[in-house]
Formats: sequence, C-alpha cells, structure tokens
Amino acid sequence: MTSLLERAAGPILDDADLSLMLTIRAFELKLLDLFGEGRLNGTTHTCLGQEYVPVALEPLLGPADHVFSNHRGHGHYLARFRDPHGLLAEIMGREGAICHGVGGSQHIRRGRYLSTGVQGESLPVAAGVALRLRRAEPGALACVYIGDGTFGEGAVYEALNLIALWRLPVMVVVEHNGIAQSTPTTAHMAGTIAGRAAAFGIAHERVEGFDLPAIRRRLAPPVARVREGVPLVVEFATHRLGPHSKGDDTRSAQAVQEARDADWLERCRAARPEHVGRLEREAREHVDAVAEEVAARPPSRWVRA
Amino acid sequence: MRVAENLNAALHAVMDRQQDLYLLGEDVLDPYGGAFKITKGLSTAFPKRVLSTPISEGAITGVAAGLALAGDRAIVEIMFGDFAALAFDQLLNFAAKSVSMYGETVPMRMVVRCPMGGGRGYGPTHSQSLQKHFIGIPGLALYEMSPFHDNLAVFEEMLARAEPCVLFEDKVLYTRQMHQVDAPFSVEVAGGVARVFLDDTPDCVIVAPGGVAHRVVAAMRSLLLEDEIGCTLLVPSRLYPFDVEVPAARHVFVVEESTAGGTWGAEVAHHVHQRHWDRLAGPVTLVHSAGSVIPTASHLEREVLVDEADIHRVIRKVVRG
Repeated sequence: MTSLLERAAGPILDDADLSLMLTIRAFELKLLDLFGEGRLNGTTHTCLGQEYVPVALEPLLGPADHVFSNHRGHGHYLARFRDPHGLLAEIMGREGAICHGVGGSQHIRRGRYLSTGVQGESLPVAAGVALRLRRAEPGALACVYIGDGTFGEGAVYEALNLIALWRLPVMVVVEHNGIAQSTPTTAHMAGTIAGRAAAFGIAHERVEGFDLPAIRRRLAPPVARVREGVPLVVEFATHRLGPHSKGDDTRSAQAVQEARDADWLERCRAARPEHVGRLEREAREHVDAVAEEVAARPPSRWVRA
Repeated sequence: MRVAENLNAALHAVMDRQQDLYLLGEDVLDPYGGAFKITKGLSTAFPKRVLSTPISEGAITGVAAGLALAGDRAIVEIMFGDFAALAFDQLLNFAAKSVSMYGETVPMRMVVRCPMGGGRGYGPTHSQSLQKHFIGIPGLALYEMSPFHDNLAVFEEMLARAEPCVLFEDKVLYTRQMHQVDAPFSVEVAGGVARVFLDDTPDCVIVAPGGVAHRVVAAMRSLLLEDEIGCTLLVPSRLYPFDVEVPAARHVFVVEESTAGGTWGAEVAHHVHQRHWDRLAGPVTLVHSAGSVIPTASHLEREVLVDEADIHRVIRKVVRG
C-alpha cells in the first residue's frame, strides 16, 4: 500500500471548490452511513471519487442552461444548487424534499435541472430541449451527464446523430469511471468514446486529473462553441471509489486501491494535509448537522393530481 | 371529405393556430409528405417547424418530450405504429412519468401518431393494433381516429390535456368518408363519443374504436335486416382513460381489431361490469382478431382479422342464443 507521503501531491485548489467537493464527498459518505443504519429506503448510487467533475463544470454553465443528470447525480445537483437539505429530504422522504419524495435519488427536477433513472434516455430529451433553446434562447445549452456504461444504449447514438445533424447546443459529459455497475469498460465497450464521437463528427475532449482551473481554461473555448451550435463530448477519465450502489462492489482489492490512490482527496491531502483536513472536518460537520435536522422533519407530503 | 383529408387539414390548422407546435417524423417533408401522405403540404407551409428525421423512433419521441418539457408542443408521426415499440421507453419511462414523478404536475404537450391495423397486406410487423400495450400507463392518454370525430377538435383536446397522448389511426380509414352513416341509422357526437343508433330501443350496445366502426355499422345493418336485431354503437375518441357512460342494455359487446389477450375490450368490460353487472344478461362479450400474428397473404390475413361477418355471427349468437 502506498503511503500518503509517497503519493503525488495534487494541484492547489481554490477553497470554495474544495469545500464544495468535500461537501459532496461528506454527503455521499453520510448516505452510506444512513443506509448502514437502516434509516434510508430504497437505493442510492454515490459519486465518491467523481465529485470534482460537476464542480469543475459549474462556472462554465449559466442559469439559462439545462442540466440533465442520471442515477449517480447527487454531485451534479449539489454543484448546481448547493442544497444538501433539499436533496437529503428528497432521498429520505422528508418535508422540504425537492420533489416531495416522489422522485427520490434518481428522479429530480428543479428549474432547468432534471435527472432520470434510465440509461441514455435523457440524451434525446436534451436534444429536444436544445432545439427549443436554439430558437427561443440562443446561446443557452443543454448539458447531459452520462457514464461509460451508458454507451451501451442505442438511444445515445440516435441522439448523437441528431445533435450533430441539426447542430444542436448540447454538451455530453461522460464520467468515464472505468466500470459499469460491476462490468469493467474493457468488457463492455469496443473501441473508444473518442472514436464514437468522431464517428458523428462531434468534437471530443478527454480530461485527465482534477486541476480545476486548468480544466476550465481548456474547456471554456469548446463550451462557448457549443452555444453556437457545435456540440461537444467531454470525457472525464475518473474513478468510482465506492460500490455501484451499496455493498455491491465485486472489484479486486487491487482495483479498489488503484482508484483510491488516484482519488483527488488523497492527493489534495498529500499537498496540504492540515488545510484540507480542516475543510474536510467543516464539510462533515455541516453535513452531519444537515442530516440531523432533515431526519427530524416530518414525512414529505404529495398531493396527487 | 375523406378521413385522410380531414386529418391533414387538422394538422394544418393546429400548426397554424399553435405557433410553438413542431411536427417530427420520418419522410414527412414535401413532396413525399409522409408514407401515408398525411403530412402533405405541412413542410411547405411551416418549414421551420416540420422536421424530417432519421429512422430513430426512440430519439424523435425523446426530442418531442424535450420540446414539451421546455414548454413547446410536438406531434410525432411514427411511420407504422408497430414501430412505436422502439419509442416505448421514452413514452413509458420519460414522457408519461414526467407528468407526475417530479412531485408536481409538469405539463407535457405532445402527441404520438401511430398508423395501425391490417387489411392492406403489409404483414406481421406492419399490420398490428398495439393499443393494448399502452393501456394503464399513468400520464398517458390514448385516442383513436374515427370517421365521426373531427380531427382538429381531437388534436386540440389532446394538446390541451398537457400530458402525452398517443393517437391510433387505423390505416384503412384514411380513404373512407367522414361522418358517413346511411339510413335507417343516425349518428350524433357528444362529449367525445359518437353514437350510431336506430330510433327504437336497441337489443344491444356495441363499444368500438374508430378503426372498426365501419365494420361494426355494416354488421349492424345485416343484423337488422336479416335477424331483426337492433344495435347502438358507441365510438369513443379517447380509449384510455375510459369513462364512457354505456347506456342500459342487456347485452354489451366490445369490438376491436387487436389480437386476443389483454385487450382494450377487457378493460372496457371491467368498467361496464363494475357499473352495470345487475342489469346485464351476461358478461360483456369481446370480439377481436384471433390470437395470431397478422399474415401477409390476403386470404390468410382475412382469417385472422376481425371482420363484419365475425361481428354479425357473435352478436347473433349471444342475443338469439
């Protein structure tokens, strides 16, 4: 096992970014704890290890942009709205839930943010939204988060074709964490994501690492072009630290360790152990307080139409 | 006026009245105007809002849902309704769900048009009546085109529902005349239900969607002339949710082209049994096509699909014993 000191130190990140990433991390760990204690219903998919992706992109998105998330969407929501109370209330079915507890972890809608629980389904929908944006609000875009596993779905290719053909302002963000539930990318994908984007003549950017300022500088020009009708696929090479859902991680100890070694938090800690440790404690205390407060709320109420 | 002309005129009128309405489908542009020519002239009149698409039923239904989600309206033409199976995820898991799964009502103004039915020799994957597969989905309303319902009113009703709708169009209706019923039968339309009736009290009531209405009326004529059995036919424009008030009668029949098993008729029968069990002479009788694929050769197709003679035979047997 690699010791902390031996790990390469990560980039120096802005405190606001780091705190948001740490809040998402603390939120996801809290969910796993609450599940462990039997205090949550249903299921969840945590984004442990991938927290920096939506945090990196958030300054590149505007209020008129639509964001489509997926089953692993807590980070996307928290980066957009910084609202752990509403999200936890939704997941716990408590008063103040974003969607009154009907949607739960995977089905959330707030303003121009929407998540769905079926792989690939949101891409054609985003194309439709982009069609309206192009006419009614030129300059706005639709951003769709998918994973490497989503590329198994035919809907992805139907939508990529339409997006390219009609020059729609759509940015597809691929969180390529190397594993689809329990199946590694090598066992579910022939070729590459870059090759698939190229097949449709769609620009592709592959992002490694978590140097947020550098990522933003690099992506700003192609994202600006998306707004003019030049669609984009951004592939983040990332790592899923936790299980697909809860307690269903069948990866080898070595594979899990490799993901941990690449974790942004370990690398940020290595660079500035005391500073990051303090921010981490603050984030955990904040999320602990949120959880305590939300858990004490009465059940959510839903008036069926 | 033929039904296809009425439908085409309805699309022109609704596109003209609703400036945020898109029409999407395969090969819908002029001069082709769609595989059944129903969209003829629309792309010339509304070039920016009539979009010809790749062969991607799932994606175009998703695009319609995206337009609806963002506040626009959309009509999708599925070339052959059989291919709506390729759009099922978008309809079931996204468009219909979105109306309520986010905790508050989200208006989704979209219509998916599905040309259905056999009788034209198109074979097993181009001749089905898939209505039954879409029944019972919360947030999804089902309509069927009929020769008695003006299509413009039907489109305005569907888009005003603010939830996704599927409009089934029996292909054999396209070339038939609108509103045509010969004496001694009369027709009147009220509350979305067309009633074809005689002056006398009927011996039985038949409920049928628009696609088989002319077959039922032909059977009603022969039943009257040959067996002195009087029937009233109800043709609802909206198939689901089903809320038609079926008038008092000892015998009730449901006729549809669907193949056997899990039919719309079974849903209608349950509705009638719950309300009128005590006044029925027996359970509602279902009349439909055989439990079979729809063959291509015309003599084989005739064996499978419900026709005027089947309807006559079943009704006479039940009413006369």
